[in-house]
Amino acid sequence: MLDVRLYLLQRLSAMVMAPLVLVHIAVMIYAVQDGLTATEILSRTQGSLLWALFYGSFVMAVSVHAAIGLRVIVFEVARLKGPALTLFTWAAFVGLLYLGMQAVYAVTAS
Amino acid sequence: MTTDFANTDENSTRTHMSVSVWRGEGDSGAFQQFQVPAQESQTILDVVAWIQQPSDPTLSYRYACRVGMCGSCAMMVNGKPRWTCRTHVKKVLQQGRLEIAPLRNLPVIKDLAADMTEFFDKWVKAEAVFHPSKTRDDAIEPINPANPKRIAASAAIECINCAVCYAACDAVSANSEYLGPAALNRAWTLLNDERDSANSERLQAVSGVGGCHNCHSQQGCMNYCPNELNPTASIAGLKRATLKHLLGWRD
Amino acid sequence: MIRPHRSHPLWYAFLLHRLSGLALAVLLPFHFYVLALALTEPDRFGEFIEWVDYPLVKFAEFGLVFLLAVHFFGGLRLIALEFLPWSPLQKTYAAIAASASFLIARAFFLSAI
Repeated sequence: MLDVRLYLLQRLSAMVMAPLVLVHIAVMIYAVQDGLTATEILSRTQGSLLWALFYGSFVMAVSVHAAIGLRVIVFEVARLKGPALTLFTWAAFVGLLYLGMQAVYAVTAS
Repeated sequence: MTTDFANTDENSTRTHMSVSVWRGEGDSGAFQQFQVPAQESQTILDVVAWIQQPSDPTLSYRYACRVGMCGSCAMMVNGKPRWTCRTHVKKVLQQGRLEIAPLRNLPVIKDLAADMTEFFDKWVKAEAVFHPSKTRDDAIEPINPANPKRIAASAAIECINCAVCYAACDAVSANSEYLGPAALNRAWTLLNDERDSANSERLQAVSGVGGCHNCHSQQGCMNYCPNELNPTASIAGLKRATLKHLLGWRD
Repeated sequence: MIRPHRSHPLWYAFLLHRLSGLALAVLLPFHFYVLALALTEPDRFGEFIEWVDYPLVKFAEFGLVFLLAVHFFGGLRLIALEFLPWSPLQKTYAAIAASASFLIARAFFLSAI
């Protein structure tokens, strides 16, 4: 369940991600042409501040957005409430943020 | 979607219909079958009345005007919330069968009568209640019918509190605190009412854990509203208004 | 078995949006984990990427892109519903969102095969 603040965060993170998603899909369509190898991927991303910023902000936004989205689902479907619900939301946010930033660092670090 | 026109010939030669009616008090109960004579032209309310009058006087149900103005006869017909007095049997009959149950999302008092208390409690909780800003000694507020706010309010004020939208809404089923489409729709009309003085309280009331932000825009409410109202649009208006209020945007 | 009161197009649009969001949220940690291997276990990362040559994997990726596109376009539809003046064309927008998602996912698939 959402109150106005969580709703705002959800919609804001969505709007931040809108252009990022389009670019990501376009990049994927381009990248998978003629096969895909690990070397190809890393040669484009390693040492790139641009990709680090791009995917860093993507990870930040998706962690907020997915955590709130999952919150609504576990509340409505699993009937999770109160402190347990809050804990779940934070855990989802922190988990995605941590794994995501680790991934961004892994492919952009030089 | 559930019209049975393919079987019209079968229906017109049928003498009786198999009608399942929910019987019980509170949380317990079961469907009971009745064989109801098929008429050329009858509504679901006619069917229920036939069951209660010659067949089983212990059946409890509500109705009042029986002409589609009061909303008292709302029930689940074949799983969909409808006014039974305005539902023609031929439109919903499925292979000679009907299923009639009390409105969804409300506690059952007995048989087909649902307890509307929480529906009206949420109405008040949403501040869907008029708060005057003037006394009888002040001049009458001139309301311009062409004012966009008045147009917005007028588009949504025909609600007669029948609870069909409340029964249709899955956000209501999922969240017991959710104020629901009808209460929020009314709150929206008052938000746009120039004469009202409680907009600040109203925006607070619809911004909490049971507030308008729980709406997922499934639009079941507008799909089933017999008065063709659109609570989803009203709730979208509330979402905009509450955000503006949160961000300190003066209207 | 969908309950009768839910059998209208915009409820299905809601369901698609919710399921796509859920699937993405659940699969994202795996996506992040594989990418993180690039730093810690570069050989394993390379091995994972080799899987993309298999047709079944390409089809699965098409599914993922479809889920992302569906959630994205569905989200745009919702933001338009909430912030723009009401339009009576809600079912049309839902149809457009679903079709656009399919076309984009198809573009990905054609690029991948």
